[in-house]
Amino acid sequence: MDYDTLKLIWWGLLATLLIGFALMDGFDMGVAMLLPYVGRTDEERRVAINVVGPTWEGNQVWLVLAGGAIFAAWPLVYAAGFSVFYYALVLALCALFLRPVGFDYRSKLAHPHWRSFWDWGLFVGGLVPALVFGIAIGNLFVGLPFRFDDTMRVSYGGGLLDQLNPFGLYCGLVSACLLALHGATLLLLRTEAAVGLRAQRAAMVLGCLLALLFILGGVWLAGMAGLSLQSQGAVAKALTPFEKTVTRVAGGWLLNYGRWDWLWLLPVSGVVAALLASLSAWRGWRWAAFLASAAAIVAILLTAGLSLFPFVLPSSMDVQSSLTLWDASSSHKTLWAMLLVTAILLPIVLLYTSWVYRVLRGPVTVEAIRRDSHTAY
Amino acid sequence: MISPDDVVTLSRLQFALTAMFHFLFVPLTLGLSWILVICEAAYVMTGRQVYQDMTRFWGKLFGINFAMGVATGLTLEFQFGTNWAYYSHYVGDIFGVPLAIEGMMAFFLESTFIGLFFFGWNRLSPVKHLMVTTLLALGTNLSALWILIANGWMQNPVGAEFNYHTMRMELVSLSEVFFNPVAQAKFVHTVAAGYVTGAMFVLGISAFYLLRARDTGFAIRSFAIAAGFGLAASLSVIVLGDESGYTTGEVQKVKLAAIEAEWETHPAPAGLTLFGLPNQAEERTDYAVKVPYALGLIATRSVDEPVIGIKDLKRNHDLRIRRGMKAYEALVKLKAGDRSDAVLLQFEQHKADLGFGLLLKKYTPRVVDATEAQIAQAVSDTIPQVAPLFWAFRGMVGLGFLFLFIFGASFWYLARKQLAPRRWLLRLCVVAIPLPWVAAELGWFVAEYGRQPWTISGILPTHLSVSSIEASQVWTSLLGIGAIYLGLFVVEMYLMLKYIRLGPASLGTGRYHGEATTA
Repeated sequence: MDYDTLKLIWWGLLATLLIGFALMDGFDMGVAMLLPYVGRTDEERRVAINVVGPTWEGNQVWLVLAGGAIFAAWPLVYAAGFSVFYYALVLALCALFLRPVGFDYRSKLAHPHWRSFWDWGLFVGGLVPALVFGIAIGNLFVGLPFRFDDTMRVSYGGGLLDQLNPFGLYCGLVSACLLALHGATLLLLRTEAAVGLRAQRAAMVLGCLLALLFILGGVWLAGMAGLSLQSQGAVAKALTPFEKTVTRVAGGWLLNYGRWDWLWLLPVSGVVAALLASLSAWRGWRWAAFLASAAAIVAILLTAGLSLFPFVLPSSMDVQSSLTLWDASSSHKTLWAMLLVTAILLPIVLLYTSWVYRVLRGPVTVEAIRRDSHTAY
Repeated sequence: MISPDDVVTLSRLQFALTAMFHFLFVPLTLGLSWILVICEAAYVMTGRQVYQDMTRFWGKLFGINFAMGVATGLTLEFQFGTNWAYYSHYVGDIFGVPLAIEGMMAFFLESTFIGLFFFGWNRLSPVKHLMVTTLLALGTNLSALWILIANGWMQNPVGAEFNYHTMRMELVSLSEVFFNPVAQAKFVHTVAAGYVTGAMFVLGISAFYLLRARDTGFAIRSFAIAAGFGLAASLSVIVLGDESGYTTGEVQKVKLAAIEAEWETHPAPAGLTLFGLPNQAEERTDYAVKVPYALGLIATRSVDEPVIGIKDLKRNHDLRIRRGMKAYEALVKLKAGDRSDAVLLQFEQHKADLGFGLLLKKYTPRVVDATEAQIAQAVSDTIPQVAPLFWAFRGMVGLGFLFLFIFGASFWYLARKQLAPRRWLLRLCVVAIPLPWVAAELGWFVAEYGRQPWTISGILPTHLSVSSIEASQVWTSLLGIGAIYLGLFVVEMYLMLKYIRLGPASLGTGRYHGEATTA
């Protein structure tokens, strides 16, 4: 297969993995964020926790895999991106530490302080990564303070608080709202009684809020300066970031929409899906609400990805150092080998994951928690 | 010893601490998962409730341990990008591949099925549940395979070539990377060490119940499984460790020489130094006690191949550094756009030693202008500190033989039904619970410290691999992660000890010690 085709396919595959992470682990984080609201008693909180408890571990692997795949397919993005987001990632890591232990250890002791400690641990483990990943995506549009030297070593400018700019924080808010909506629709689908009712109310509000935030974010983005790729070396060859010319232009992140009209479908679907999730929750259409929030995740993340396209890691310090999918990719051989491996393994993963979800299907109730108090989370 | 503003040392310290902390949880997962499979297979075959209770109780402890393994694993993956950015760029084309495959083939498997292991008891038939447990065990072990393929490539970077245009190593042969002899030897040795850890854990805790004469039916069955599994595992770990020693002798001559404190190349077959005091400054080992021929036999599996000593290795490295300077000189010209035949030829002829040239970057950024004193300094850098390696290795091997004795004696007395009066042995089993962890950490220390001064042997020096971040950043993450790890470790140990003391009564079945009074 041609090198340029492979580079393009890998953009799609990495987008798929990141969207897979947001879809699958998104509702785990969302449920954790909603925990203080949907669960007023210990048993109610256990209901919410046991909706995601048995499967969250597999869902987090989407993050591990997305990380590994970026390492293998876009080594320069892994190098520059992870180190430029140093504090953000350390913060996300520290929050993520609380999840496995929170889920597994919480029910192992009955003391109320112990349980309430881990309730907050899970809340932090859901909210902080959702915020951080949103802030990171927002900062891609703002641009990141890095540049490469001729040996491809990255150096940085700017300070610790630069990434806490208004647009970044705003995207963090959108991300938290999106994942909380996803968690709420899952709880609506899998729980009954009080927890289900609160989840329904949360989904109604969050769906409308998300639609509003997303539209305003789009208006904000239209007024920002974006990057435009003026020329790029032969994309079918191995490229370094220095073989292109990039300029910064006003409204640059909307250029692709002028180029391809159909792209407007994505943000529009994002808004429609968010509103549909809200409407379906109100009407009590459980599956529709869940599928709509999933569709909102896909549409919103694709909107972000395709607005940046072909950029993947824009630099604010030296626009030529910005990475595109054409010059950040690993070698032809690695992309090809990894494509084969993925084509074989990923369908198997999807197959057994859906089998596990099928075995564990059905509502989680307070009665079930009481019955299996020794084994439930 | 550690300069507070040295990013390289701080990043190494952070990686070492987080990796060693992660490896407190991995070996138990590796071994205990198969013990769960054995217990559950016994349940499926005999239909006796006690075997299901065994699976569920040891499974509870497995879960407490597994949660920490998951929590601490992510740190290692992220750290390559955050703290070792130049490494990530330089070798991501190869190194990222096994990491990504690990996620897809192994980590997904274990993480997806662990939930079903705990929550599937009433939803699956016994055979299907056994299948889930088996897939869980398979996943944990496959995970080790891919991580050790990645690590093996750092020790012995095969199947890759440097591309001066993109300034990185690029994949030439995936099968060479997968079937890297170092990776294979390390994988079997590491999982066998994990099996020993799991077996010693179950053996020691069961011995504790036997000493207290509680839940004896439960404990003796667990003891039997652990003794049998542990005996096989401790034999394997020694045999496979020997295999690992052989492959080290083949490709990592520096590490071998340092482990054995072999300063001179002796006529073959070399003697094995049992004990002695390595003296790095004077390049000799004081008070050495030697076993004739043994090292030569282990390391070369022949009587006529010599084991190269440190002094000769340094002479060789001196040559390679000088050739590396030529390679670097050509590389600079290539980067500047001079693609003339002479330059290309010079680069092709010397590029195998480019990494040795890069060692000089620590002393002179331009490399080509290195003085004789700087070259001598770089040569001396190529030999890691001998004494820590020498002692860590001997500690690991000594413990290995102790495990063989414990499992052997346990198996022997159990088979002869004379276990109960051997209270000294049961006590030894309890005391020995932490020792497999000590051996495993010593082993990793030998493997990774013995790789210095390289991150990728002979290719990329450690001091070049780090991100150009500030020391304050590393301090922040080091202290933040360290504080959380410490807190989580205290919680984990508390829960572990609590559930061990509760024993199978923690299942709430009403069948075990202490339940009549507390329920």
